[in-house]
Amino acid sequence: MQQVMFIVLSLVTLAAALMVVIARSMFRAALWLVLTFFGIAGLFILLHAEFIAVAQVLIYVGAISTLIIFAIMLSRGVMDPDARRFNDQWGVVAGFGAVLFVLLAAVVTRTRWPVALADVPADAIQRLGGDFVGSYVIPFEVASVLLVVAMIGAIIIAREQES
Amino acid sequence: MDYIRDFFVNIARSWTAWISTFLPDWGVSLVNYIVVGIILVLMPVLATLTLTWMERKVIGRIQNRIGPNRVGPWGIFQAIADAVKMLIKEDIIPDRADRPVFNLAPILIAGAAGLLWAVMPFGRRMIGADLNVGVLYIVAVGSITTVAVIMAGWASNNKFALIGAFRVVAQLLSYEVPMILSIATVVLLAGTMRMMGIVEAQVIPFIFILPVAFIGYFLAAAAEVGRAPFDLLEADSEIVAGYFVEYSGLKFGWFYIAEYGNLFAVSAITATLFLGGWRGPFANAVPALGPLYFIIKTILVVFLLMWIRGTWPRFRIDQMLAFAWKVLVPASLANLLWVAVVLKLPLPAPVQWILMLGGNLLILFVAATLLGRAAKRDAAKHSLTPAAV
Repeated sequence: MQQVMFIVLSLVTLAAALMVVIARSMFRAALWLVLTFFGIAGLFILLHAEFIAVAQVLIYVGAISTLIIFAIMLSRGVMDPDARRFNDQWGVVAGFGAVLFVLLAAVVTRTRWPVALADVPADAIQRLGGDFVGSYVIPFEVASVLLVVAMIGAIIIAREQES
Repeated sequence: MDYIRDFFVNIARSWTAWISTFLPDWGVSLVNYIVVGIILVLMPVLATLTLTWMERKVIGRIQNRIGPNRVGPWGIFQAIADAVKMLIKEDIIPDRADRPVFNLAPILIAGAAGLLWAVMPFGRRMIGADLNVGVLYIVAVGSITTVAVIMAGWASNNKFALIGAFRVVAQLLSYEVPMILSIATVVLLAGTMRMMGIVEAQVIPFIFILPVAFIGYFLAAAAEVGRAPFDLLEADSEIVAGYFVEYSGLKFGWFYIAEYGNLFAVSAITATLFLGGWRGPFANAVPALGPLYFIIKTILVVFLLMWIRGTWPRFRIDQMLAFAWKVLVPASLANLLWVAVVLKLPLPAPVQWILMLGGNLLILFVAATLLGRAAKRDAAKHSLTPAAV
């Protein structure tokens, strides 16, 4: 049963990711990206990481997709569905893409990934919180500073000029 | 007699026992999932049928009129008449609208309204899925609405629908923050994110310990649902319908169902987090009373929301965003900090609760004083004070 769910979710995710790249309208590409995010959330649930799955939906689908869609709408000329999709260099790019694919496939299949065989502990969320202020406190604080800087920058850019 | 005491759970067990006689194990699970899914998805539809009647009657009485009274005794079949009207209307799609996205948006919004019901604790052991991250799931499902609203606004090929969608997204994103902060305070106090765990931790309902969290969550959730006084998104008397102005017939019906389904779900969540969910007199001895208390508390909160709708005037968009960021967020943050500090003190639980209640009342007092001063300054600036007149 898990195999079936995994195959279905992976196919949905990969198909949506493919459609992101080849969709004609940028807005639809953003919507296919939303479907990809849902697929990844499903994969997280298969790995018993429910907190991360729900956080994925909350952050990626709720906030980042909205941001991407706004950015698409506010850029000029990006939403024209009649423009050419691929320019003249697509052959070279496809070649390099294939080389990259072969390299990545070789690396991914030959590495010995350190996989933990134990079950996810029942108090995973408490441990996650404890790690945030315990062993990973410095990256946590640096991320908070980064967010504050981003907010201040956004406020300064969007502020009305009081002259 | 014993059967009736835990009525709903026993019915579920008898049903499962009956279908196991002629179905394999996976068939039994599948049938049970489908049945529970259908029941949960019917909740928004049920909510629409009953709450629209309740709303029209309540607001009618507040406005000193009777409300619908022709279609059935006291007008209780009015909702069915409305549903029939909506079903037989012509389905108009704008000229250059993006058809798949246009058709998908109402489905997504109604789907988000239905998904919320999977984690509602109706009674002891009566819950769709007792997730470890129940409350976070509720917030995440609410954020799906944001994407669906943009889809609806953009696919209508209508400038005003798009602007309406932008405003809705600004409101939804702004009010997610105080909502999550209030929920985090409750989670801190209950010690768990599971909905069942939060209900079981409420020896006394949390509204008596954390009134600021209750007010913060109540107002933020009302804004998330798009309920008055935050309903400038649809503002029936001003901008027609905002982002779903181009929808007609059954698609408009789905938006309507989503709105009332969300209203019912948000009231149910408030009842679970702050009023004690299915707890009540004799609920431990007779678990079948659980859903009854749950429904009563939910209807109480729904009535409160309808009361507010009929009484308060509508916000402007800048007033609304200022209220979220300048009033609700600092108050919720201060509340969260205070509760976190108090929970670390080595005192017995009732003393901690009294301390939290004291802190909450202090926050309310400070917020009210600051708001009063700001209102006076604003009135003086616009020369509305009696001295200037």
